[in-house]
This record gives sequence, C-alpha cells and structure tokens, in this order.
Amino acid sequence: MLPRLRLPLRRNRDIVCQQAVELVTDYLEGALSRADLRRFEAHLAGCPHCTEYLAQMRATIALTGDLTADDLTPQMQDEFIALYRQWSAGQDGT
Amino acid sequence: MDQETDAELLGRLRAGDERAFAILVRRHHAVMLRLAAGYVPSMAVAEEVVQDTWLGVLRGIGGFEGRSSVRTWVFRILVNRARTAGTRERRSVAIGDWVPAVDQSRFDATGHWTAPPERWVEEAENRVNAAKLTNRLRSAVGELPVRQREVVLLRDVEGLSSEEVCGVLEISEGNQRVLLHRARSRLRQVLETEFGRA
Repeated sequence: MLPRLRLPLRRNRDIVCQQAVELVTDYLEGALSRADLRRFEAHLAGCPHCTEYLAQMRATIALTGDLTADDLTPQMQDEFIALYRQWSAGQDGT
Repeated sequence: MDQETDAELLGRLRAGDERAFAILVRRHHAVMLRLAAGYVPSMAVAEEVVQDTWLGVLRGIGGFEGRSSVRTWVFRILVNRARTAGTRERRSVAIGDWVPAVDQSRFDATGHWTAPPERWVEEAENRVNAAKLTNRLRSAVGELPVRQREVVLLRDVEGLSSEEVCGVLEISEGNQRVLLHRARSRLRQVLETEFGRA
C-alpha cells in the first residue's frame, strides 16, 4: 500500500475532491495562487459534494462566530476595579 | 455606552478614567480567559494570568504607541505571560503532524468521494438547532490542540484579522492558515457527527 497522504498538486492537472477539501481554507482566506484558484473553482463547478463541503465549512465558521463570550461575574468585575485602584494609588505615590 | 473603540477607551484610561478600564476588561475578558486556559493547568491560574496581563497593560500604557491595535497589544501581553506561567505550551509549540481535513477512508484511490458529505447546513442554521450546537461547538473548541484553539478563538470567535492573529501569536501567515484549516476542519467534523452523518 502506498501511503497516500497529501496528494500533491500537479501543474496543469485538475484537482480531485481529496485535494479540494484541503484547499478550502486557503480559498476562503484568499491565499490561493491564481492558477490554483481557477482549478479549485473549476472543480467546485463540477462537484456538488465539494460544493456542499464548502458550504459546511462556511456554516461551521458562522456557528463558531456565534459562540458568545461568557460574561464577567460581578465579583470578578469588582476584582478588576480593585486591581485598577491599587495600581492607580501606586501611581500617585511615586 | 459601550460603543467606544478600544483606542478611545485607552485614551480615557490614560487620563485616569476607571470606567474605561472596566469597559475594556469586560469587552475582552472571556476570550483572554479562554486563551490563557490553553497554557496553564487550571482556570484559577488562567484568571491570575488575565489579571496579571491587565496590570501589565496599566503599567505599559505610557509606552503603547498605537502601532498595533489595542487588542493585538493586550492579547500579545497575555500570550507571553500565559506561556511563561504555563508548562503545557512547551510540549506543544510545534504545528504538529499533518492530519487530513476529511478521513481518507471517505475517498477512493483516485481521491474522489466515496462517502460524500450529506446535507445539514439548513438544519444547522435553524435557530433551535443552533442553540444546541453552540454548546457542542464550545467544548469542541476547548478540546482542540492549544495552537489551533488560539487561532480559531482569535479569528472565528473573536473576529481578529489574520494579520492581527499573526501579530498576537507571533506566527507566520502560512502557519496561521495551517492551524486555522485544521481547527475549522475538525469543528466541521464535530458538527457532522452531531447530525449523525459522519
């Protein structure tokens, strides 16, 4: 068995699904070379599965962006104010 | 009332405005705590690191020249302190071995899908489901290797630009993309499993 890890991108060849899923982030980040972008988009145009995969990655990013920050408890807020006052007092003293 | 930019708040803080400090802390606390937690053994230590960071911000405020954004500056102080405080990071600084975005068993020998992704995007966008997914996603982010978690927290949760993330973590654009790719791919897998279609 050949270890088939990263299928290397070959110049002037169409990319296959297994390569396309590895290019999704570079695509979304605008980091693909012009040639790779053209091949990636050509692949998507003919592959509903990879198009779905890209939609899922976009949905994943959107859902991750919805993770809201846990609010500071009032007690911790008081601690930070105390921290500030301590620092501020030290500033005046020197 | 919470609409001022970080830079405006920093200006007020310089002038001795305690409220500006409180707003800045509240705005950035959660992500800082999560970032710090990636390096240190307990939440208690993470909280200390965050406090220590704000003290560092107060002390360094005179020297801040605004060449980076306020949060890049603050987060970089945090990461440096967390790395000093923590031991976990030393074991996992490396980017790590390559892991496929999708398990290889789902492709044939020519690299075409044999088990293509099934549709779940509409379902995920449904409000009821989204609320349930949030919890699953939150714990999945927590389980990512620390470097991936940092990048995804800063980029996708906190909304920093890739340039800012590289500034905070002092990594190259290329490494940032690799880490982001692994993290997002992993989170997609988690969602897929959640819909029972892995």
